Amino acid sequence: MKQTFLFLLTSVLSIQAFSQSDSSFFKRIPTDTSKLKMNMDAVYNRPFLQMGKLPVSIGGYLEANSSYFGTDGVSEGLSFQIPRMTIFLSSTIKKRIKFLSEIELEEGGKEIGIEFASMDIELHPLFNLRGGVLMNPIGAFNQNHDGPKWEFISRPISATTIIPSTWSNVGFGVFGKYGRNNLVWAYEAYLTNGFDDKIIANEENRTWLPESKKNPERFEESFNGIPLITAKTAIRHRKIGEVGISWMGGVYNKFEEDGIVIDSKKRVDAFAIDFNTTIPKINTYLNAEWVWAMVDVPDSSPPQFGNKQQGGFLDIVQPIVRRKMFGWENSTINLAFRTEYTDYNVGTFKETGENRYDHIIAIVPGISFRPSAQTVIRANYRYHWQKDLLGNPPSLTAGFQFGFSTYF
Amino acid sequence: MKKTILLSGIALFIITMVACEKMLPPAPKDEEILAGTIPGLTPQQEHEHLVGDIAFGKIFTPEQGLGPIFVQTSCSNCHAGNGKGHPTNVLTRFANVNGSIVDYLLSKGGPQLQQSSIMGYPAEVIPGEANVFSKRMAPAIMGLGYIAALSDASILANVDSNDVDADGISGRINYVNPTSFFIPQSIHIPNGSQYIGRFGKKAEKVTIQDQVVFALKQDIGITSDFDMQDLYNVQAGINTGDNVTDPEVSASFVYSLVFYMRTLKAPTRRNTDDPDVMAGENLFNQIGCNSCHKSTFVTAQSDIEALSNQTFHPYSDFLLHDMGQLLDDSYPEGNAKGSEWRTPPLWGLGLAKDSQGGQLFLLHDGRATTFEGAISFHGGEAASRRTAFNTLSEQQKQQLIKFLESL
Ligand code: HEC
Ligand code: HEC
Repeated sequence: MKQTFLFLLTSVLSIQAFSQSDSSFFKRIPTDTSKLKMNMDAVYNRPFLQMGKLPVSIGGYLEANSSYFGTDGVSEGLSFQIPRMTIFLSSTIKKRIKFLSEIELEEGGKEIGIEFASMDIELHPLFNLRGGVLMNPIGAFNQNHDGPKWEFISRPISATTIIPSTWSNVGFGVFGKYGRNNLVWAYEAYLTNGFDDKIIANEENRTWLPESKKNPERFEESFNGIPLITAKTAIRHRKIGEVGISWMGGVYNKFEEDGIVIDSKKRVDAFAIDFNTTIPKINTYLNAEWVWAMVDVPDSSPPQFGNKQQGGFLDIVQPIVRRKMFGWENSTINLAFRTEYTDYNVGTFKETGENRYDHIIAIVPGISFRPSAQTVIRANYRYHWQKDLLGNPPSLTAGFQFGFSTYF
Repeated sequence: MKKTILLSGIALFIITMVACEKMLPPAPKDEEILAGTIPGLTPQQEHEHLVGDIAFGKIFTPEQGLGPIFVQTSCSNCHAGNGKGHPTNVLTRFANVNGSIVDYLLSKGGPQLQQSSIMGYPAEVIPGEANVFSKRMAPAIMGLGYIAALSDASILANVDSNDVDADGISGRINYVNPTSFFIPQSIHIPNGSQYIGRFGKKAEKVTIQDQVVFALKQDIGITSDFDMQDLYNVQAGINTGDNVTDPEVSASFVYSLVFYMRTLKAPTRRNTDDPDVMAGENLFNQIGCNSCHKSTFVTAQSDIEALSNQTFHPYSDFLLHDMGQLLDDSYPEGNAKGSEWRTPPLWGLGLAKDSQGGQLFLLHDGRATTFEGAISFHGGEAASRRTAFNTLSEQQKQQLIKFLESL
């Protein structure tokens, strides 16, 4: 399976290499910039290439970087990674019927995953059907996670470990959008397969939603027969920016086996608020997301399994130079700064009344160069304070990351 | 222009590369942490220590055999940073004591409570028959290799069961039945079929391995080659254990844990040339704290060369002492009575806070939150020393505490 896939991939890539000499075969589809784009549009709002007369357009992106990190005086030395390479294929099957898939190769092909593969049918702009493998619209990052869009090499911690981005599941649902003048309003609501009891039975020593991603069976069947509901609504004003609120909830344990009730139903719920805007004139881009997770942890779980988690990030990106550089029109140099916080165990110990810590605070200053909007070369410095559950002196991690990410 | 950008880019790159090391977090000083190996290990031994370190931090999952009932999911959850434990992980032992008859209620889930359980399986509750309880907070596990390498003779040397020297202090040995896998070494001196316990709060374990095998099973619910009988909740029904094949860890896993603990260094002292610390040490000896908290021992010959004939400073005599009513938990273990506790080593006390979330929790169950508090609980054989401490001036008390903090 993996071999076949890699073969297909290399053939596609070699076609593309060939395309550079024969640009009439591949046509870049201009991205539509007239409409207000929201986070939910991210899956389609990507550069695509049309192959000759084929009805399929193709795109994708690659991330590569090097990093040099140390924790409490111990350095792992310099290492190089290709955290992911992603291929998109999209096609308009018929008017108002679209198909899009996103296939991701993680860590140099060690894992191949379908991030997204769904068909959208537009019955009315306010009422579209979507079915297949879809990305649960919780927060903004999960749907809008393409490497080249970010000035930061590492993904936000809260968005990948509280919300387990990229979190996609099999299911279906509806979405729609209504726009007027400078305002668009949108909604999405889906039923999908969801979490399993690994979120509290894992080697992370804490409530850990991403653990459910390791179960490939969630693409085949639901762990307990109860769908995960995800709903989001967002509003964007051309001048003010976009705000989204979202919720995702379901049951994560097996409460019934062969008709026998074996446990009470245990819920997992996540909420998120996201916001982004660009300050006019100075063009500062702000992007923030805050997430909460509430998990019905059994009373008999040890204290490191928190029933409440929260965290978020704020990114500030400031373009400082925008002009022709090295022959590229409209290249930009940006300064970027991220602050993030993730608390895996909100609450206090019943024995002492003291805070349960288990949190991470991180700051990431960075600089990036974009020869075009599709490509970013970026350098980050990360500093990261991590406290254990009991709140002992934090372990300190810091390091440099340098790399690029580009659509192709 | 292009050139300037390029040049400044290159310059920036070089500067960052040079600054790199400086901008990474420094290692905490050796004396600030309870980690690291005893001096003089071979590279192979250092490597084996690392393997054990990983085993010590290993988080067990239900698939790997955790539980089905347990207290915690890994050794390091209770012994965070190899240091003292936290009230949230205090464990409870229980028994039924009726006059001189002690029943550890083994058929009812004894001797230890497992208040946690895997998903969908009921946690244990203390059976109604229990009438005595012992709460225990995890001790620091530094320097255990030195203690394990002591000869029984050097522990016996301080025994004064009948207080012949009339100093009010009568250290006792806890002679216990050895485990089925105990192999006597040249350091051991049996008493009939029993051996000298030196680990555990009531000195109820003869070797580190005894404690490790017991902890794997009673604290984490993990079977090993040395104890194949998995835990289950008798209250949920006979043999309702997990379905993981036993043993859940191999003998080599147990051996690497033992090796890890044998080769953890002793805590390094701090501020030893501070005049207050030195004055405090003198006071500590003057008022007779050192009758039990003995400063110096020398190890016997050991199969780990670096542990052979080593002088070390645990501030303990590894003997049982009657500590009076306040510390009496009525829970006997081996020969130890409810009021009897093994003198705990005081080394590492100055770093205790760093594994207890910034606070202090002292004594066997963590009840004392200050050094004065811990001393004030000293009764029984130690009552005269407590009184002597109380008659010290405020400044002298602070000096003595500074000394404890330097350990
Ligand atoms: C639930 C918390 C908990 C867990 C988990 C735990 N321990 Fe302990 N540990 C304790 C307590 C409490 C004691 C004191 C026991 C006693 O008094 O009998 C102790 C004592 C010890 C001792 C004896 C120290 C001394 O100075 O006498 C060793 C060695 C030890 N533990 C190793 C381990 C290892 C290895 C593991 C993992 C397999 C482990 N512990 C898991 C709480 C824990
Ligand atoms: C009779 C023997 C004896 C004498 C004398 C004695 N102690 Fe102790 N000490 C013990 C025992 C036994 C414990 C453990 C009691 C418990 O855990 O409940 C202990 C515990 C402590 C602790 C807490 C250690 C910990 O890890 O929680 C401190 C601190 C301490 N002693 C200091 C002193 C000082 C200071 C003196 C002199 C004033 C002193 N002791 C005299 C036997 C003694």
